[in-house]
Amino acid sequence: MKHIISALVENKPGVLAHVAGMFAARAFNIDSLVVGRTEDPALSRMTIVVIGDDRVVEQVRKQLAKVVPVVKVQDFVGQPVVARDLMLIAISAPPEKRPELMSLIEMFRGKVVDIGQKSLMVEVCGPESKIEAFINACKPYGIKSVARTGTIAMSRQAKTEP
Amino acid sequence: MKSKSRTSARSAGQPTIKTGAQIIVDMLIEQGVDTMFGYTGGVVLPLFDRLFDAPIHFVVPRHEQGGCHMADAYARASGKVGVVVTTSGPGACNLVTGLATAMMDSVPVVALTGQVRTELIGNDAFQEADTTGITRPITKYNCIVKDVKDMARTIREAFYIASTGRPGPVLIDIPVDVAVAKYSTGGSVEMELPGYRVRTKGHTKQISTAAEAINESKQPVLYVGGGVIIANASEELRALAEKAHLPVTMTLLGLGSYDQRKPESLDMLGMHGAAYANYAVQECDLLIAVGARFDDRVTGKIETFAPNAKVIHIDIDPSSISKNVHVDIPVVGDAKDILGELVKDVEYRERKRWFNKIAEWKKKFAFRYDRKSSTVKPQYVVEELCRQTESKAIITTGVGQNQMWAAQFYRFTRPRQLISSGGLGTMGYGLPAAIGAQVARPDATVIDIDGDHSFNMTMTELATAVEHNLPINVCILNNGYMGMVRQWQELFYNKRYSKSYLSNPDYAVVAQAMGAVGITVDKKADVPKAIKKMLAEKKPCVVDFRIEREENVWPMVPAGKSIDEMSGLDILERLI
Ligand SMILES: Cc1ncc(C[n+]2csc(CCOP(=O)(O)OP(=O)(O)O)c2C)c(N)n1
Ligand SMILES: [Mg+2]
Repeated sequence: MKHIISALVENKPGVLAHVAGMFAARAFNIDSLVVGRTEDPALSRMTIVVIGDDRVVEQVRKQLAKVVPVVKVQDFVGQPVVARDLMLIAISAPPEKRPELMSLIEMFRGKVVDIGQKSLMVEVCGPESKIEAFINACKPYGIKSVARTGTIAMSRQAKTEP
Repeated sequence: MKSKSRTSARSAGQPTIKTGAQIIVDMLIEQGVDTMFGYTGGVVLPLFDRLFDAPIHFVVPRHEQGGCHMADAYARASGKVGVVVTTSGPGACNLVTGLATAMMDSVPVVALTGQVRTELIGNDAFQEADTTGITRPITKYNCIVKDVKDMARTIREAFYIASTGRPGPVLIDIPVDVAVAKYSTGGSVEMELPGYRVRTKGHTKQISTAAEAINESKQPVLYVGGGVIIANASEELRALAEKAHLPVTMTLLGLGSYDQRKPESLDMLGMHGAAYANYAVQECDLLIAVGARFDDRVTGKIETFAPNAKVIHIDIDPSSISKNVHVDIPVVGDAKDILGELVKDVEYRERKRWFNKIAEWKKKFAFRYDRKSSTVKPQYVVEELCRQTESKAIITTGVGQNQMWAAQFYRFTRPRQLISSGGLGTMGYGLPAAIGAQVARPDATVIDIDGDHSFNMTMTELATAVEHNLPINVCILNNGYMGMVRQWQELFYNKRYSKSYLSNPDYAVVAQAMGAVGITVDKKADVPKAIKKMLAEKKPCVVDFRIEREENVWPMVPAGKSIDEMSGLDILERLI
C-alpha cells in the first residue's frame, strides 16, 4: 500500500543525505521524495511516498523521526488530504492530430506551455491518478518525455472545522 | 580552575578571540573530558597544538581503528562519553569499523575528524575523503562545521546527542581553515536541536498494564539487553526480579546486568545461549524485554520465537518496538525510570512449578565441557580466570568461539564488566577494548579473552599498552583456527576448512619484543599458575593458551532454527 509521509526537517546542508541514506540503508522503497521550502525559513518539508505494509510504514515513520534533523513526521494514511503531482509532458503532435489532442488536454485541465513543430509540451497538475490517466491517454500519440515532481500533500482542514 | 573561569567568561558574554581549535579544546573540557584517544595528521595539527598543554590525558593508538575501539570501551567501562580524534582521509576512514561497532552496540562516542580546507572540499584534494558521507549510516548523527561561529554549539550538541536517548557515536568533521579561523566568543552556545527529543518517562498507564501482566503471569521471563547497563538500571532490575520473582536471561551485551550467581539468573540466551534460557523463553507466557532488541542471534527463527508469550517491551528507542517481534505492551522510555516505577506495582508470586521446571533444565543442560581431557580446554581456562579473579575482572573479548566461551563460563556479577562487540561482531576489538577499559578503570583487573585470529587483527596496540604501562592481561585461546568459522565448516560444510587456518607467530615472543610479558601454556597443569603469574604482573601480559584445536561451542542453534532446536545437547548430557 502507498503511504504519503510528510516530514518537517531542519533546513540545513546534509539533511537530504541523512534521510535518503536512511531509506537506502534500511531497504525501504521510496516511490517519490520531494523537498521544498516552507513558510519558516528554518524548516523544509519532505513529502515521501513509500510502498509497504503497515509494519514497514510504521518503521519508516519511526526511523524518520529518529534522524536528528527531522523535526516532525506525519503519515497521512486514513486522513483526508489534498495530494498533488505536477508533470511536464512532451507529446508527439503532428498538425492533423492537434485538435484531438487539444480537447484531451482540456479535459484534463492541462496547459500547453510550449509548441514545437512536431510536438507539444503540456503541464498537468493533479492527484497522481489523474497524472497517470493523462499519460495513458497520451500514449497512442507518442510520448517524447516526461518530468514529474512527485507528490506533495497537506491534510484537509475541513475535518477539524465543524 | 582554569576551565571554570573560561566558562564563566563565556556565560558572562565577555568576548575573547579564540581559534576554532581552541574552542574545541575548551568545549571538551566543559564537557568533562579528561581522557581522549587519537592520532595526528596534517589537517589536525592546529587542534593537536592546542591539545599539547591541555589538561587532557591523551592516548595515541597505533591505528585509528584501535583508537576508536579504545574510546568505545572507555565509554562502556566508565559510562562517560569516549572521544577519538583523527586526521582527514585515511585517518577518518580508519574509524569506520570502530564507529560501526559503537553504533551497533549503542555506545556514546564523539569522533572529531580533520577535513581539508573548505574551498578544497569536493576537489579530490590530498587526503580528502567524504567523511560525513562515509560515516552517515554508522553514526547516530554527523555533520561538518563550516563556520567557526558554530563550533562551540556543535561540539556541545555532539556530546548531548551521543550520550542521551539511545546513545551512539557522533562524528564532527572539521575543515582545517575552520580550526584556525578566529572567532570572538561570548555569543550564545545554546543547542539548536529542534528535531531531537528524548523520552525518558514511561507512560504510566502502560506501566500499570505491564505490572498487571506480570502479576497474572504463571511463567514469565525477563529478557534483558545492554540497554539496562547503559541506563544504569541494574539495581532496579534486581529489585524487580526479586520482588516479582522472575527468572532473568540476558543477551551477550546484557551480561553483568544481573548477578549470575543468583538463583533467578538463566544466563545468556540465543544462538550459543543456555538451553535452559532458550527453553524458558520458548515456554514462557510472558516475555518482559528490557533494553533488548530481538536481534536474530537471540530469536533464531523469528516466526516461532516465544510462541505462547505476551510481550512487554521496555526500550528508549521507539523504532525498536515491534521491529522484529510483535509487542503487546510497549513502554517507551528510560529503563531506570520505568523499572523503578514498575517495581512498585508488582507483587511476589511463588511460581513454584515454573521455577522447578527451570531448575530441572538447568541441571540437565548446564554449560559443560570434558574436564577429564588431558588437553587445555578453553572453557577450563575461562573458568580458572573466573575463579582466580573471583568474578570481579573486566572482561573484553575477540569475536568467535573465544567470545562465546567467555560469555558461557565467566560468571558476571555487575554491570560494565563484559565489554564485547555484540552487534557488529568485530574481530580485533578485544585488545584495544582492554586498553580503553583499563584507562577508564586504572585499578580494575582487565582481561582480554581473545581468539588468535581476532588478536592478529589489532595486536599492534600492545605497543600502546606498553607505552602507557597499562597492566592489561591478554589470554589468547589459541586454537590456530578461525575457530567459529571452522566449527560451521565442520558442521555444515563437510569439514572443508576453507581459508579458516593461518599460521600464527609465537605470541609470547611477539609480546616480549613489544615490551610486554609473554607466556606460553600448552599443558593443562600449567593453566592455574600461568594465570596467577599473569595477574600478579604489573606490565601488560600476554598468555598464549594452546587450546584443544577442534573444540566446539555448545549448545548451538543452527541458522534458521527455533531457539529450542539446539544441537549439542546430547554432548552436554553425556558430560554430566
Ligand atoms: C573483522 C571481522 N572479520 C571477519 C569476521 C568473521 N568471523 C567471525 S568469527 C571468525 C573467526 C575468529 O577466529 P579467532 O579470533 O581465532 O576466534 P575463535 O573462533 O578461534 O575463538 C571470523 C573470521 C568477523 N567477525 N570480524
Ligand atoms: Mg582461533
